[in-house]
Amino acid sequence: MIAAQPTVAEVWAWLEEVPDPEVPVVSVVDLGIVRDVAWRDGVLEVTVTPTYSGCPATAVIDLEIQAALRRHGVDKFHVKRQLSPAWTTDWIGEKARAKLNAYGIAPPAGAACARALAPVEVACPRCGSSKTERISQFGSTPCKASYRCTDCLEPFDYFKAH
Amino acid sequence: MDGDALFQFLLRLGDNNLILGHRVSEWCGHAPVLEEDIAMANVALDLIGQTQLWLALAAEVEGKGRDADKLAYLRDAGDFHNVLLVERPNGDFGHTLMRQFLYDAWHLPALNALQTSSDSRIGEIAEKAAKEVAYHLERSTDMVVRLGDGTEESHRRMQAALDDLWPYSGEAFIADAVDEAAAAAGVAPLPETLKPAWDEHVAATLAEATLDKPEQDFMHKGGKRGVHSEHLGYILAEMQFLQRAYPGARW
Repeated sequence: MIAAQPTVAEVWAWLEEVPDPEVPVVSVVDLGIVRDVAWRDGVLEVTVTPTYSGCPATAVIDLEIQAALRRHGVDKFHVKRQLSPAWTTDWIGEKARAKLNAYGIAPPAGAACARALAPVEVACPRCGSSKTERISQFGSTPCKASYRCTDCLEPFDYFKAH
Repeated sequence: MDGDALFQFLLRLGDNNLILGHRVSEWCGHAPVLEEDIAMANVALDLIGQTQLWLALAAEVEGKGRDADKLAYLRDAGDFHNVLLVERPNGDFGHTLMRQFLYDAWHLPALNALQTSSDSRIGEIAEKAAKEVAYHLERSTDMVVRLGDGTEESHRRMQAALDDLWPYSGEAFIADAVDEAAAAAGVAPLPETLKPAWDEHVAATLAEATLDKPEQDFMHKGGKRGVHSEHLGYILAEMQFLQRAYPGARW
C-alpha cells in the first residue's frame, strides 16, 4: 500500500504552524527561514537558511521542523542548509511584521538591502511614537537591537533590518 | 589550488574567529554595563557561529573524516593558524575594544573581497559573515572614538592599548606561500591589497578619537604558520579541557 504523498502546499501549511523558538509569535515560514520545500525521489527536502550564523535557535528550528514532519506522518525527509542568498529581514512579510509589533518587538524598518546600518526611524511598539533612540545595536538575541521610546519611556526590542 | 593549502587557508579564517570569539566570551558577565555585556556576548556568538562554517568547510576540504568540533577541540597550538593579535589577553575593557577594532577593520574588507572568491563555498560564507561583521566594525569604531576622545583616564587607557597592540596589527597583511596560492587561484585577494582600506579607516578613526597612531613599523608574525605566543596554550587548555579529559563527551 502506498501512503498518499502530501503536496508541497500542505507541507508549507504545516511549517507555517512551527513557531520560531525565540519569537514564538511568528513562524519559521513568516521569518523567511524556510527557503524551499520539494520532493526528490520520494524524500521530502526542506531547505532552511540560518538567520545569524551563531544564532543558538538554528538547531532548535531544525528539530522543530523535523518533529512537525514526523507528526504529519512523513518519515523520509532531509532538512538541508543553504547559506546563499544570505537571510534578510526583507523576506519577513507584512502580516508577520504586524504580529511582531503587536508582540512588543518593533519590526525591521525599511529594506535591509538599502543599508543595514543606516539610521532609520523606528516606531515605538507601545505608543507608536517615532521619538525613539538606540541604546545598543545588540539586544536579547542576535537579530535584535535595544531601543527606548523618549515619549512613553518604554525600552523595547527592535528587529534589525538585516 | 592545492588541497592542503586551501585547508590551511580555511583554518586561518576559522581560527581567527574561534580564538577571538573565545577571548571576547571571557567578558560574559563582567562587562562594565549590561548593554556592553550583551554586545560582547553577541559579537562572540557571531564569531563562533562563523567559525563553525569555516571549520566545517576546512574539514570537508581536508577529507579525513574530521568535523568542525574535532578541529576546534582536538588540535594543539602548533596546528592553529590564527594571527597573534586575536590571542592577546583581554586587558581592560578599552584594550579589548581596541583589539576588536584593529581586527574588525581587517575582517570586514577581507570578507567583502572573499564574496567574489573563485570557490563559491567560500563566497557564500563570506556573504553571510560580512552582514554580521558590519555591526562589529560599527560598534568597535564608535567605542574607540568615544573612549579615546572621552575622559583623561579613558584616553590614557586607549592610547596604551593602541601602543601595546599595534605591533600585532600587521600580520594579517603579510603574505606567505598559502596566501600566494590562494591569490593565484582566485580564491582570495593578496593580503596586502586590503591594507590601504584598513590604513584609511584606522587613521580616520584614530584621528577622531584623538589617539596618536604609533610610528613603529615592526610587526610580529608567526601565528599564521602555527608559531604562537604562550597565551594560546592557556586559551586551548580552557577551551579544550572537556574533550581532552572526556573524549567524545556529548550532552
